[in-house]
Amino acid sequence: MRIAYRLTFCAAALCGLLSHAQAHNVWLKPSSTVLSKAEWITVDAAVSNDLFFFNHFPLNIEKLAVTAPDGGTVQPENVSRGKLRTVFDLNLTQPGTYRLAVANASLNASYKDRATGQTKRWRGTLDKLAAEVPADAVDLAVTESVSRIETFVTVGKPSALQPINHGLELVPVTSPADLVQGEKATFVLHVDGKPAPGIEVEVIADGTRYRNQIDPVKATTDAQGRFSVTWPAAGLYWIEASAKDGKTSAAPAKERRLSYVATVEVLP
Amino acid sequence: MASAIASTRYSLALGTGLGVVPAVFAAGLNIGVEIPRMDVAEYHRPYVAAWLERADNAVAGTLAVWYEVKKRDNEGVKWLKDMRQWWRRTGRELSVPIDGITGPTRPAGRHDLAFSEGTGPLPKLPAGSYKLVVEASRESGGREVVTVPFDWPAKAPVSLKDQGKSELGAITLDLKP
Repeated sequence: MRIAYRLTFCAAALCGLLSHAQAHNVWLKPSSTVLSKAEWITVDAAVSNDLFFFNHFPLNIEKLAVTAPDGGTVQPENVSRGKLRTVFDLNLTQPGTYRLAVANASLNASYKDRATGQTKRWRGTLDKLAAEVPADAVDLAVTESVSRIETFVTVGKPSALQPINHGLELVPVTSPADLVQGEKATFVLHVDGKPAPGIEVEVIADGTRYRNQIDPVKATTDAQGRFSVTWPAAGLYWIEASAKDGKTSAAPAKERRLSYVATVEVLP
Repeated sequence: MASAIASTRYSLALGTGLGVVPAVFAAGLNIGVEIPRMDVAEYHRPYVAAWLERADNAVAGTLAVWYEVKKRDNEGVKWLKDMRQWWRRTGRELSVPIDGITGPTRPAGRHDLAFSEGTGPLPKLPAGSYKLVVEASRESGGREVVTVPFDWPAKAPVSLKDQGKSELGAITLDLKP
């Protein structure tokens, strides 16, 4: 049983899933996050080791959902999936704040094949579990992964974001359109719609290739689920948080791993 | 003699028509914004916004916004956000153009604007501490903010001044009781 939990899921990178915090960075990188009129933006989506450089895999955007201020959906256009990144354009026509999100949920199982004694790994959805994992599997350990990769773009005056209320979610107190070098921004982390205390957060500035230390800003959410960051410099930042609990959505899974990452832009 | 009187009346009428109200009727303020001359290969007139903030950073009113009003498809609006402080504090809540406030970009040199309390862009200001904030953003150039704090109302005429370092020159503020 113990071995199952120590196995790392490197395959996750291929599906763009952040299954373990120290594996690869996953991110969306919009061309702008603050616009003064309705216009097009372009977005890069990648799985990579550096922020925000492409050096590994394109992000699978099958589960991309772009929510407009009025609650409607915007379809990505001119989608191109290359060797190192996925690129797509978005036509943002409404005033307000857009949420761009890639949300993934899956089950991960490891077990020993009864006949060969070989350890096997499986990922998929609940409906496929019974069909694809042998009923006589030994030491079957199933965990659930729920992850979100997000960024926010505002046209004109910011608007309130509709909450997701599932998994780990960032709820801005300071609008993502109001992030300024030297000023303090506050965010709340929710799990399943409720403020989550004690969650560890890391905030990493852009340009990791050009410095010798990652130098993350670390924070932990307080009793109200809040954390704050005072931005040392202008630029893009990657916010990452993860959590574990037992509130799985499928009985075979005993543990749920939640992860959340977001790209935000701090202006000078 | 008669022509001298006539021409005096004419220039007084002309002055009133341009919105210059004699100080004896209302409190007001005059601002001077100097756009510095730049010796660059590709020069674009800067976008400039001038507004009043209260001590708590809340905006009391926008006095002037100079941007490329004449561009096709309202393209000039695209760069308003580069006046970042104005945009965040108030600009993004406004719908431009606004009569009496917005206008085209201006050339290098000094530009004087006069405002009377309770008319046009200058609202009646409750007594307190304020800041005149002027922000300039230039295409293929930089961005600068100059702030001139003042107390209102002024009991006697007051002249204040601050100096920008790059995208703005002298910013003057004359308070009239």
